[in-house]
Amino acid sequence: MADASYPPELLYHPEHDWVRIDSADPGVAVFGITWFAQDALGEVVFFDPPEVGTTVTKDEPYAEVESVKAVSDVIAPLSGEILEVNAALADAPEAINDDPYGEGWLVKVKLSDEGETAALLDQPSYTASLA
Amino acid sequence: MTAAPETTLSRTPLYDCHVAAAAKLVPFAGWEMPVQYAGVKEEHLAVRSEAGVFDVSHMGEIETSGPDATAFLQRLVSNDVEQVPVGGAQYALLLRRDGGILDDLFSYRLEPSRWLTVTNAANHAKDLAWFQRQAEEFDGDVTVTDRADDFAMLAVQGPLAREIVGAISGGPLPVRFAVAERRVSGSDALICGTGYTGEDGVELLLAPADAPRVWDELVRRGATPAGLVARDTLRLEVCFHLYGNDLSEERGPIEAGLGWACKEDTGFIGADAVRAVREAGPAQRLVAFTLESGIARQGNPIEGGGEVTSGTMSPSLGVGIGMGYVSADRAAEGTTLEIDVRGRTRTATVRAKPLYRRPDRTETHG
Repeated sequence: MADASYPPELLYHPEHDWVRIDSADPGVAVFGITWFAQDALGEVVFFDPPEVGTTVTKDEPYAEVESVKAVSDVIAPLSGEILEVNAALADAPEAINDDPYGEGWLVKVKLSDEGETAALLDQPSYTASLA
Repeated sequence: MTAAPETTLSRTPLYDCHVAAAAKLVPFAGWEMPVQYAGVKEEHLAVRSEAGVFDVSHMGEIETSGPDATAFLQRLVSNDVEQVPVGGAQYALLLRRDGGILDDLFSYRLEPSRWLTVTNAANHAKDLAWFQRQAEEFDGDVTVTDRADDFAMLAVQGPLAREIVGAISGGPLPVRFAVAERRVSGSDALICGTGYTGEDGVELLLAPADAPRVWDELVRRGATPAGLVARDTLRLEVCFHLYGNDLSEERGPIEAGLGWACKEDTGFIGADAVRAVREAGPAQRLVAFTLESGIARQGNPIEGGGEVTSGTMSPSLGVGIGMGYVSADRAAEGTTLEIDVRGRTRTATVRAKPLYRRPDRTETHG
C-alpha cells in the first residue's frame, strides 16, 4: 500500500471521504475514501456501488466497501445524483488501497447544492482531525 | 468450578518473530495471533503458488497412552483408529452422545499404544475435560495427558513446502497422513503430512524454545509468513470445515458432510445418533456456494431455511464463496440460493466441493 497522503487540492468529510470538484464544472464532483479509511479497512475485496441515476444525501451511506476484515458504509460527503461509478473497481477493488485518490475513485456526482461544500474540511483541518 | 476471568492473552513462542515481520496481531481464542503480514491476498497466493509458513501454536495437543489407549480412542472419536498404522494420522470428530460435534481433530499414532491428538484452540480445555472424564469412566488402562504447553506448531504449506522443509530435515518427509520424528534444522520435531490449505505440505510440532529458529530458517529459505486470515481463505476455497463456523455442538457429522469420518460399527460415543441420521437423512446439509456478486458472511440467512456459516472473497477464484446449511432438498449442485446479505438479496449457486482445485489435479480428479 502507498504511504499516507492527503492531497491539498481535495476537500474532506470527517467520515474519511474526499471530494474533488470538477475543474471545468463546479456542479460536478468525484468522491472517494481517504488513505486513512482504506488503511483502517485493510485490503478491500469488494466495492458495492450505487446505481447511476440514484440520488445520494450528504452524511448518509451511499455504498459499501468490504475488506477482508469488515464491511463499511461509505458516507456521502455531499448530496446529488450519481452520474458515473468506477466500473474498474468491480474487477480490481484493490485500487482503493493502492491509489485511493486516483484509480480508486468511487463515484462521480452531479451536486444538488454546491453550497454544501462549505461544510467540508480542507486538508490541514482533516489531517489535524486524525491526530 | 469457577475460573478467574482471563485478562491476559497467551503468546506463542513465535511472538517476537511476528512482531519482527510486522504482523497485525489480534486476540484469537485467548491467544495473541498474527492475522496478516504483508497482505492477505499476497500470502494466500504465495501458498497456492510457492510456500507459506503459519504459526498455529495456539492449537492444543492431548496425549493418550497406556495399554488400552487405542481402545479408548476408538470409543472417543468417530473414525476407525484401529486402522491407523503406527506413524499414521487420521481425521475424526469428537461427539456428544446425541451426535453434536464437540470438535474435529487429527490423531497421530506415535507408538502402538501412544497417540497425540491435535485440538482446536478454542476447544482444547473442553476436549481435555471430556477426554479425562471419559477416561475415568473407561474400563481399561489409559492415561490422558495435556501436552498443549509442550509444543509449538508450524504449518508449512504449498507446492514448494516439502522442498523447503526437506532441505533442513534429517531424513525423508512423511507422506500425506503420516507422521515421523525427525531432526529439523538441528531440533527434534514431529513432522506430520497434514495441513489445512488444500496444498501439499507438512505441519511441524516442536519444542517451544526451538520454534523461532526453525521459523526463521523456513522464512530464509523462501516460505512466506502467512496469517490466520489467509489460512481461513485457503481452507474455505477447498471446503475444509472450521469449528465454530461450520461445525458446532448443535450440528452433527452427517449434515456437515463428514459421514466419511464416522464408522458407527466401532461403537464410538454418539454412534447411535449418527447412524439414525444417516439412515433417515439429515434435515439440512452443508453446501458450498459461489455468489454472482458481493460477499456473504457468517450468519447471513439463506431463504428457505438455513444460514451461511463461512463466507469470504476467494483470492484464487476472484468471486465471493462460502458454505452454509440449507434444507436437504436444496443441496444439489446447481441449485440457486437467495442469501440475505444485510438486507439485500444476493444470488448464489450451490457448487461441488472443493470450490478450488490445484491446477495439477484438475485433469486427473476434475
